[in-house]
Amino acid sequence: MKSAHSSRGRFGRTAAVIGTGIALSIGLAACAPAAGGSADSGTADDIAAALKEKSTITVWAWAPAVEDIAASFEKEYPNVTVKVVNAGTGNDQYIKLQNAIKAGSGAPDVAQIEYYALPQFGLSDSLVDLADFGFDSFEDKYTASTWGSVNLDGGIYALPQDSGPMALFYNKTVFDKWGIAVPTTWDEYIAAAKTLHAADPNAYITNDTGDAGFTTSMIWQAGGQPYKTTDQTNVTIDLQDEGSKKFADTWSQLTENDLVAPVSSWSDEWYRGLADGTIATLAIGAWMPGNLTSGVPDAAGDWRVAKLPTYEAGVPANAENGGGGDAILKQSKNKLVAAGFLQYMNEGEGTQISLAAGGFPSTTADLESDAFLNAEDPYFGGQKVNELLASSIDDVVPGWSYLPFQVYSNSIFNDTVGQSYADKSDLNTGLEAWQKATAEYGNAQGFTVNK
Amino acid sequence: MTTVSPPASGLVAPKRHKQKLDWTGWKFIGPFMVVFALVLIAPVVYSIWLSLFKDQLVGGNQFVGLDNYITAFGDARLWESLGRVTLFLLVQVPIMLLLALAAALALDSARLHASAFFRISIFLPYAVPAVVATLMWGFIYGTQFGLVGSLNDFLGTAFAPLSNSWVLASVGNIVTWEFVGYNMLLFYAALRVVPVDLYEAAELDGAGSFRIIRSIKLPALRPAIVIGTIFSIIGSFQLFNEPNILQSLAPNSISTYFTPNMYAYNLSFSGQQYNYSATIAIIVGVLTAVIAYAVQLSGSRKES
Amino acid sequence: MTTTTTDAALVAQPTSRRAPRDSRYTRKNAHLGMHKKKSILLTVIMALVVIYSLLPLFWLFVSSTKTQTELLSSFGLWFSGPFSLFDNIGATLTYDDGVFVRWFLNTLLYVVVGAGGATFLAALGGYGLAKFNFPGKKGVFAVVIGAVAIPGTALAVPTFLMFSQLGLTNTPWAIILPSLISPFGLYLIWTYALDAVPTEVLEAARMDGAGEFRTFFTISLKLLAPGLVTVLLFTVVATWNNYFLPLIMLSEPTWYPLTVGLNQWNAQATTVGGDPIYNLVITGSLLTIIPIIVAFLFLQRFWQSGLAAGSVKA
Repeated sequence: MKSAHSSRGRFGRTAAVIGTGIALSIGLAACAPAAGGSADSGTADDIAAALKEKSTITVWAWAPAVEDIAASFEKEYPNVTVKVVNAGTGNDQYIKLQNAIKAGSGAPDVAQIEYYALPQFGLSDSLVDLADFGFDSFEDKYTASTWGSVNLDGGIYALPQDSGPMALFYNKTVFDKWGIAVPTTWDEYIAAAKTLHAADPNAYITNDTGDAGFTTSMIWQAGGQPYKTTDQTNVTIDLQDEGSKKFADTWSQLTENDLVAPVSSWSDEWYRGLADGTIATLAIGAWMPGNLTSGVPDAAGDWRVAKLPTYEAGVPANAENGGGGDAILKQSKNKLVAAGFLQYMNEGEGTQISLAAGGFPSTTADLESDAFLNAEDPYFGGQKVNELLASSIDDVVPGWSYLPFQVYSNSIFNDTVGQSYADKSDLNTGLEAWQKATAEYGNAQGFTVNK
Repeated sequence: MTTVSPPASGLVAPKRHKQKLDWTGWKFIGPFMVVFALVLIAPVVYSIWLSLFKDQLVGGNQFVGLDNYITAFGDARLWESLGRVTLFLLVQVPIMLLLALAAALALDSARLHASAFFRISIFLPYAVPAVVATLMWGFIYGTQFGLVGSLNDFLGTAFAPLSNSWVLASVGNIVTWEFVGYNMLLFYAALRVVPVDLYEAAELDGAGSFRIIRSIKLPALRPAIVIGTIFSIIGSFQLFNEPNILQSLAPNSISTYFTPNMYAYNLSFSGQQYNYSATIAIIVGVLTAVIAYAVQLSGSRKES
Repeated sequence: MTTTTTDAALVAQPTSRRAPRDSRYTRKNAHLGMHKKKSILLTVIMALVVIYSLLPLFWLFVSSTKTQTELLSSFGLWFSGPFSLFDNIGATLTYDDGVFVRWFLNTLLYVVVGAGGATFLAALGGYGLAKFNFPGKKGVFAVVIGAVAIPGTALAVPTFLMFSQLGLTNTPWAIILPSLISPFGLYLIWTYALDAVPTEVLEAARMDGAGEFRTFFTISLKLLAPGLVTVLLFTVVATWNNYFLPLIMLSEPTWYPLTVGLNQWNAQATTVGGDPIYNLVITGSLLTIIPIIVAFLFLQRFWQSGLAAGSVKA
């Protein structure tokens, strides 16, 4: 539909404009300083320099403290804008992250990633190795278990934000009412379960409808090491190793005999049960106090914390449950700035803000500080919960690792192990089914699993 | 208008020796078709393309031809989910349509007090989004603190709507609740245009209400029933929203492959197995189309 | 496209040629209504059905008057504790810098542009199919009807991947474009237009020299009005309640519609140190369904007359 006349003249003019434009941009590019925030690596000086320039980064996180940390960061570095986006909790966010990674665009600069999901993102080459920014020198600032969770195959894929050494949270009022002593071994725990449920058929020692995170942590505590990855793609899964069996045999005594409440964690009914005493204990990570304080205010003063029961009396053992860190995405166009924010959030002043918001730290300095250890928590009747929780960190069994496709594996936990819960049958059968389905997936995705 | 064959166009081009093609119609259907091509045809084509490849986390993308389809035909999970939605269809759809039919007949009989109120109230659930509907029913189904729990305490029963044995029925209940009003209105609208002379003639003949229903109303309803059935069949095969949202409350009863749509969704978004997911979706889509078409054919054949 | 397969041929009968001349309602009343006794039994049975329909909504309303702690400790079906409906509404609207209001405006945008656009496209297209004979017409018909049977998930991932290549994900276009296609709206207008817009009227306009579009906008649209309102009603409901596609297309809450936003709030109870905000989820749900109920009640009058009018043939 070009008009017949003057098209040649117009074309000539257009070509001239385009040509000039190209020449200008080439010239400008040549004169431009070495790439700023988009560099893939840098020293502390490079980061400091990048933070002085105007830039914007996007952070995907659901932990509430992150918004405050971003605000505080922006005050200190006024040229940087930090956009904090809640793209969903846990798995919901991982789905979006995976989609963005597959699509090649749309991923944030920084993302909150829980420890169990980190291998999936780290080993798939989507995250920046923080050693490129010298963050590997931070090793001593964090606990061994959290550092071990971010140090995968030689690379550092995230900075730990919080940690979750397990503990036993119990409702003292309920225990006192029925004369139940705080269990120190799992056998005592099972006995307590029976006593409680017999005394009050509405009450249960705890709730459990099958939770992948709980199960893997418990296997961890029992000394199991079901997941081993070598050469990045060679995987062995053995959910019937000694530790796995020990856990399943013990826990089946509860699930097969109706001794756990058929309530899903984090549901409306769960919060109610914690408030009115029909769920008497929680074996869960050290970050729980914040959740109890804000989510179950009615039970303030009823709860206390104790060490997690063990399999053998006097032999300490513990595991991490939940918790996570933050990572930088390879897609980021502002890696230096992202690194600066990451450091601020998880190594610098941000840690204090997280602490104040009720998070359980992963930094050794905070875990050893007197103020932290001596704090008396009114929700727990004045108990020095931090002292107890921090002391249990040393008991965490070393050597645990997750699968490079743990997120997927956890998503099919209820399809497999969940059926043992539903049938009230032996959990070992469920674990075998879980192993089989997970191995099938791994092989379909090109890994070499159990071969 | 019951068949899905093209109706006779109101405009017939005058016959000429040389038929000149008239493209005017495209000016009207054009905008629709352009957007349609983008949001429906292109994804379907891309879907078919995807189903012929396999993109692994380790190993990258490869052309595999019909391998995905062969895997699908041997996939126990796919058949289980297909079986489940078929069962759902065979039970829930008749119940819902019968309920809707009864309600429509009741409304049409002019023997109700406050029929306008009834009409609006029964239709109201249709306006509620699935997220909200599932939230509400999730509360009711709760055995610890929900309404069912209270009823259990009151009656001494131990009914668990979200257990393995009852969960499909519970989902069916939510779907029925959501759509019975819609189907009721579908039938009611059809009843409203039955000519009055038919009723007058029947009354003259001394026919009772049930006779009238059988001989006049039901035949008049046939087209609406066929349409309602087809939509419900398609809806049943595509079942996703309600079980997906309910899953967090009943994780052991609702698996990741509870319905074919959920299976395809989780394959893509939990497992990143986009190619296999596309394969599943195409198989289910074709099946749905075949069954819906069969129903429509039999419905219109009965009419003639 | 609107994901529900249920904007239906509720105007299924405008082409019925057996309809009477007068409004059936008055004639029926005149002849038969006087003889029909109102049945108490039937009313009671229907009342049970109504209770079934309204019970969950009643729970929703009652729950929205409770505080978060009260929610977790009282019986669900009756009021308890201080009446906090207005506090809850206030909290819902201001939580997280008023993101709920943002979601509400988003949903409004999607509905106005999406449902409005869908109705317009369906009107144009249905009219074209009804009143014109053009090459490829049968093909168009087959393709459109065949598209109905395809499950939403068959399209979700490819559409997502396609849209991310085009840079459309995480934008309102990702929601609006798919919702512009309503195959049932198309089918509805098509069947309705066959009779509602008499060919003679069109021929007269052509002889007067009016262009096709001019005729469409000035004459045909008015005749199609009742059918349009029906299509509008169902596309409005479908786009207001749209959940699945936005869930996949949007990664950041800025563009969420209310349904996806509520779902995220519901999932938020599981954060470290986060507060469960069930009272906000419930109040938010109530606020989400009220506009659509109001719209429906409002549009219902037009649609009712549309049905009656549709049964009157020239």
